[in-house]
Amino acid sequence: MVTVKDLEKRPELFNPGHRACAGCGFPQAVRLVLKASKNPVVVSVATGCLEVTTTVFPQTSWGCSYIHNAFENAAATISGVEAAYRGLKRFGHLTDQKFHFIAFGGDGGTYDIGFQALSGALERGHNFLYVCYDNEAYANTGIQRSGATPKGASTTTTPAGKIGSGKNQFRKDLTAIAAAHRIPYAAQGSITHWKDLVAKAEKGLDVEGPAFLNILAPCRLSWGTAPEETIDLVRHAVDSCFWPLYEVEKGKWKLNYKPREKKSYIEWLKRQRRFRHLFNGRNKELLLELQAEVDRRWEELLEKCGAK
Amino acid sequence: MGSEVLAQKETRYRALSGNEAAAQAMRQIEPVVVAAYPITPQTEIVQLFSNFVSDGLVRTEFVPVESEHSALSAVVGAASSGVRAMTATSSNGLALMFEILNIASGLRLPIVMTVVNRALSAPINIHCDHGDTMGVRDAGWIQLYAENAQETYDNLIQAVRIAEHPAVRLPVMVAVDGFIVSHGIENVEMLDDQTVKTFIGTFQPDFSLLDPDHIVTIGPLVLQDSYFEIKRLQVEAVEAAYQVITEVGLDFEKVSGRCYQLVEEYRMEEAETAVVALGSTAGNFKEVVDQFQARGVPVGLLKLRVFRPFPAEQVRRALARCRAVAVMDRAHSLSGQGGPLFTEVKAALQGTGFPAGSMVNYVYGLGGREITLEMAQRVVEDLQKLAKGSEGDQVLPVNYLGLRE
Ligand SMILES: Cc1ncc(C[n+]2csc(CCOP(=O)(O)OP(=O)(O)O)c2C)c(N)n1
Repeated sequence: MVTVKDLEKRPELFNPGHRACAGCGFPQAVRLVLKASKNPVVVSVATGCLEVTTTVFPQTSWGCSYIHNAFENAAATISGVEAAYRGLKRFGHLTDQKFHFIAFGGDGGTYDIGFQALSGALERGHNFLYVCYDNEAYANTGIQRSGATPKGASTTTTPAGKIGSGKNQFRKDLTAIAAAHRIPYAAQGSITHWKDLVAKAEKGLDVEGPAFLNILAPCRLSWGTAPEETIDLVRHAVDSCFWPLYEVEKGKWKLNYKPREKKSYIEWLKRQRRFRHLFNGRNKELLLELQAEVDRRWEELLEKCGAK
Repeated sequence: MGSEVLAQKETRYRALSGNEAAAQAMRQIEPVVVAAYPITPQTEIVQLFSNFVSDGLVRTEFVPVESEHSALSAVVGAASSGVRAMTATSSNGLALMFEILNIASGLRLPIVMTVVNRALSAPINIHCDHGDTMGVRDAGWIQLYAENAQETYDNLIQAVRIAEHPAVRLPVMVAVDGFIVSHGIENVEMLDDQTVKTFIGTFQPDFSLLDPDHIVTIGPLVLQDSYFEIKRLQVEAVEAAYQVITEVGLDFEKVSGRCYQLVEEYRMEEAETAVVALGSTAGNFKEVVDQFQARGVPVGLLKLRVFRPFPAEQVRRALARCRAVAVMDRAHSLSGQGGPLFTEVKAALQGTGFPAGSMVNYVYGLGGREITLEMAQRVVEDLQKLAKGSEGDQVLPVNYLGLRE
């Protein structure tokens, strides 16, 4: 496992001065993933907050080669870059040059609109790491629901109202869906468990073939929390088993972290403005249902990982 | 036909369909990346090219993507990596690419794509019309239209040089009439592989994602302060393209003996009336122009090889002596003023004193409806009435040719 000292020595490919909000989760995610690289990196970034806050012309935060194509095609774009690399080798160029190919997308660009391109690229077996920074909403366009938004969250397209109690559906389990492509490596990480995250990014970059890494990275505007709470909220999400840390390596499921004491998911919800309406006394049953689903998915995961 | 046979036969003339001619051109261009998705009538190009890959006749990395959107997205990624990258599509596939068409041109990537023209849905239809390429006429791509398989082959090879010219750096689409050209077999004269390689040269990219010594940020967010200027630069590139397309055409004539310009004037020397057409329909009108000229009727044909950028100056010059013009549109438009080619020709002639009433439009061939020689003859007859002025008012400004009404 890496140490802070190790990380310090590694080149900084994601530079300060970007325009992400104070308390935004993805800068840590991106920085840590890039710290896992050993070779020159090419990143493909989907439209979204990461893209708009890091490349306001004529400035860029990226200390590696970067391409933004569109919202739904980060995976297809990196497929083309990786294909160019393979093609060039076949033509006798770049013979000794190694690269890492990484695609970054928000949950909207990954779970929803970019899902097909992601699935296609995973199935085709390109040698790349796809990283989803999951802030559980379309933050860039003003906090609309996504396939990653937890049930009960109030967003601007699932607003809590006189009869509505936020999003009506449970979130899509994208990490498991990615793993179901039988790719060499799929994992879930978090910015709080940074050693684990860097190790996962290293594995994802080292394996031959596609890898998928899903990272919980809060958006404090969407979640309705104070900037200084971000890290603690992620820790709470992990400790409540809502965001378990696990990996699927060559089809083998492995749990990377089991909280000594499982924290309440309901308490996690209570800390965020997007769930405030659930605590008005009229949603007690819904709250229990939400807690029960988190528990059910956790048990299922323990089973898959043989960690019961 | 096995790809082995196609690639190694000695003679320069081969019986090739338009799709085979396109695939052969791609084989000789040998791009580093091809990403494509099948759709009738383009599918054959993808299949033939896959054979070339499988038989080791090209070193190309072929990416069989899961959609046309991803095809062009991957090609954008590849072209940004400093390599030649190509694709091909038709109709709904082109429509699905629309978002990325604009990104490819906005990023100034010299991508070359064959578009085998097919009607857009709905109703779903697999046959030829120009609704697809006309629908993307302002996506920032240069558009060349081929009359036959030979021109498909020749245009594709020239497209590489046009797209990659430092003053242009824009993507080029080569439009080919679905089935009529794509599936019709003709004698095509191919250049030998080495001549093509020498003609296109090596690609010298301005930037590459795969150059670790010169890292780049491609596709940044550009707001009110610079977006407009960047778009203006694109227009400059399009303007430079007139000259470049002409020069590349002259160079191509040196190696092939075949002459290519922005427009082709067919028997226009003495013409007092003219038909303006794109693609395979020009072939119908060449035949009909011959028939009428044999009878002493001074009618000619103006074929546009290039639709984007629009060769307005060449159109004005070619039609300067004419008294009546018929413009053939294989696409319709809700402009209320006729099809897209018609409105462009009208705009080009604006201010030249050409009487507006002497320009007529024929929308024809939608969804693959056949255009017969009889229909083409009717157009020329209408034109003569218009030119005389006597019965000209019987001809409507916009006509539907071959439509059951
Ligand atoms: C095809 C297309 N549809 C919609 C948009 C508008 N849009 C831009 S970013 C975005 C949401 C991004 O959400 P997510 O992927 O979760 O990333 P985040 O903004 O949260 O970082 C949307 C809807 C777009 N740019 N392109």
